[in-house]
Amino acid sequence: MTALSDADDAALTALLEGVYHRYHYDFRGYAEASLRRRIAAALGHLRCPSLDDLRARVLAEPRCFGELLRFLTVQVSDLFRDPSYYRSIRECVVPYLRTYPSLKVWVAGCATGEEAYSLAIVFAEEGLLERTLIYATDIHPESLRTAEAGVYDLDRFARFSESYRLAGGHGSLSDFYTASSSSAILDRRLKQAILFSDHSLATDVAFAEVELVSCRNVLIYFDRPLQNRALGVLRDSVRRKGFLGLGAKETLRFSSHAEAFGELVPEDRIYQRR
Amino acid sequence: MIVIGGSSGALDALAAMLPALPPDYPLPLAVVLHVPPTQPSHLVAVLGARSRLTAREPDDKEPIMPGTLYVAPPNYHLLVERGRTFALSIDPPVLFSRPAIDVLFESAADVYGPHLAGVLLSGANEDGARGLEHVRRAGGLTFVESPATAAVPVMPAAALRRIAVDHVAPAADLGRLLAQLAATPRPEDKA
Ligand SMILES: C[S@@+](CC[C@H](N)C(=O)[O-])C[C@H]1O[C@@H](n2cnc3c(N)ncnc32)[C@H](O)[C@@H]1O
Repeated sequence: MTALSDADDAALTALLEGVYHRYHYDFRGYAEASLRRRIAAALGHLRCPSLDDLRARVLAEPRCFGELLRFLTVQVSDLFRDPSYYRSIRECVVPYLRTYPSLKVWVAGCATGEEAYSLAIVFAEEGLLERTLIYATDIHPESLRTAEAGVYDLDRFARFSESYRLAGGHGSLSDFYTASSSSAILDRRLKQAILFSDHSLATDVAFAEVELVSCRNVLIYFDRPLQNRALGVLRDSVRRKGFLGLGAKETLRFSSHAEAFGELVPEDRIYQRR
Repeated sequence: MIVIGGSSGALDALAAMLPALPPDYPLPLAVVLHVPPTQPSHLVAVLGARSRLTAREPDDKEPIMPGTLYVAPPNYHLLVERGRTFALSIDPPVLFSRPAIDVLFESAADVYGPHLAGVLLSGANEDGARGLEHVRRAGGLTFVESPATAAVPVMPAAALRRIAVDHVAPAADLGRLLAQLAATPRPEDKA
């Protein structure tokens, strides 16, 4: 993989502008350092000698854009990634949520679905799943299809089971899936509670009024202005006294929305709307 | 700015190196060590105890401040952004490593150019060699722990095969060199 040089700035801008106007995916406000690495990787993979060449191909061939999209977005997720986050949701957020007769949750940037299913498992164990609707959204169509299917490689489940336990799981993770030879198929009652759909934090507006928004490891891919935009969308979607959970290294501290929330569990980046 | 990378044996190297730096050291330092991706990491506590600097894991978008030893959090890449802030990502591992030394070094070199020093310590794989080359090409200074004294010489040796570095020395001497670096800034230096 070759690094992009500063001289490529204009070509990079032209590529992202072209993609936005042709395909309506807006990557113009993404954090630069990691975006440049991913674009450099795409150049290698697609055997493009230059950014201008990549732009010409991507604009001419939708298939090629599909390939590029795989590099531009990072489809990495785990069940119960950062177990302490889910433990805090269970211990500090669920007690409030119990007081509502019906619940809506929004998982923004759900990738292949693991975060949404992890929350569904917590809600099931806490007896809340029957009255809960989870919206899970992303911009990556392929990932949304994987998420909807709820089928994952079985060899990841030893690690997931350990995380589930650390997250304070009441039983065994195997209560929630059926194993076949090489895959684990998540339970229908989890799937029935989740609605997967397309939504971009970069271009779309607020979604619905929900009691909890979980948006983990998505904001790290945005620059500051785009983070502020996205956080505005999230803020407008959380009802008063509702909750917002971010990734382990994400914070409202450097954003323009810090005032709108109080810190509920600072170590796990769980906030409560004022 | 100073960026430091290492894996097996690098914790001891840092313990030998860091005491040379005073609490009011005027440059920021960022370190990537390969550690198992467990949560939470004890690196901040360990490195904080072995140096006189303030050690912390940076959050995404955190401004880079002098006299602070920033430690890459487990399971994230640590990058430097143009506005001299940190960024984090969970992009796939590079050379089986996340955090990867190459990712920190290359992004820091893009932003700091000649106002950067890269330090590569003991380690068992070749992560960091590419990054150090990038530091050098951007005009920064390069330091490598001497393979003869490093607990595991693979990482330093890989860098030495790749580029001509400015200083090769045992860890304790590298600490003294870094201390002097801040005492005698190059004329245009505002790293
Ligand atoms: C690293 S994954 C995070 C997955 C999951 N939330 C987790 O923490 O395990 C980042 C996700 O953000 C999505 N994403 C990137 N840009 C987005 C945008 N503008 N709007 C919504 N999602 C976006 C990507 O497609 C990707 O699925």
